[in-house]
Amino acid sequence: MFKAVVIVKRRPTILDPQGKAVEQGAKLLGFNNVKNTRIGKYIEFYVDTDDREMAEKEVREYSEKLLSNPIMEDFEYTIEEVK
Amino acid sequence: MKPKFGVVVFPGANCDHDAYYATKKILGYDAEFIWHKERDLKNSDVIILPGGFSYGDYLRTGAIARFSPVMEEVIKFANNGGIVIGICNGFQILLEAGLLPGAMQKNQSLKFICKDVYIKVENKETIFTKSIKQNVLKIPIAHGEGNYYADEETIKELEENKQVVFRYSTADGKVNNESNPNGSINNIAGIINKNGNVLGMMPHPERACDPLLKRTDGALIFKSIAENVFINQK
Repeated sequence: MFKAVVIVKRRPTILDPQGKAVEQGAKLLGFNNVKNTRIGKYIEFYVDTDDREMAEKEVREYSEKLLSNPIMEDFEYTIEEVK
Repeated sequence: MKPKFGVVVFPGANCDHDAYYATKKILGYDAEFIWHKERDLKNSDVIILPGGFSYGDYLRTGAIARFSPVMEEVIKFANNGGIVIGICNGFQILLEAGLLPGAMQKNQSLKFICKDVYIKVENKETIFTKSIKQNVLKIPIAHGEGNYYADEETIKELEENKQVVFRYSTADGKVNNESNPNGSINNIAGIINKNGNVLGMMPHPERACDPLLKRTDGALIFKSIAENVFINQK
């Protein structure tokens, strides 16, 4: 079995109003060095197979077809074997 | 001939009854609900994907609804030239399904906006707008994610093909920043596919049909569909 972690991020060229609003909160708290706050999604799940290649393929397809929207998001993932 | 509107019901939809009420009770057309797990579109002439929060809007708006069994049939229906109108969440579902280009972002203000807006009818050659005489319609919006986004090339293509059907405007039809409620590129409020049979729009025409509510511009869109749907099929 493999544990997968997928991180979905908004493309750098696309404005992130949510990140901007959160950063305003940072400024209010006095975190004046904080810059470029951007909010993404963290998704974890297990893939029930012993075949690493197959697990990766499934993670990639799941990420492409459902977890991210290729029009405005990129994703990255890690997988590790678990018992 | 009375057209039949099929109103798809997703879990979390909340404008399905409004759409049914507007088309059947107010305008007198045939209408029937279609549950999201069904695959039978019940001989509908027009499919309405109504507004709401299908599947809780989890992950992204419309992202999960897009894979429901009924959507497989709606996609086939649309690809065969069937008339589909997606309203608000329905528009978001059409984007996720790839029936229309682009994506929705959170409103620039980050606020959920619920108010009447004016939209300019930019293209009157579509079956959704052919019968509309007015240049500007007053129709309410109610959304948190209606900030239309597409890359430059897609926007260029949409504009060149006259696929932008509605633009947020002032009451007298001026398209400017002040009349843009959510930050949409080029004030886009509604677009159509290249074939002209699939329309997505953020404003809610079904909420502007009942004379009791003192706003009826939304009815013009359903009337235009009804008057042109059978001509289109010939």
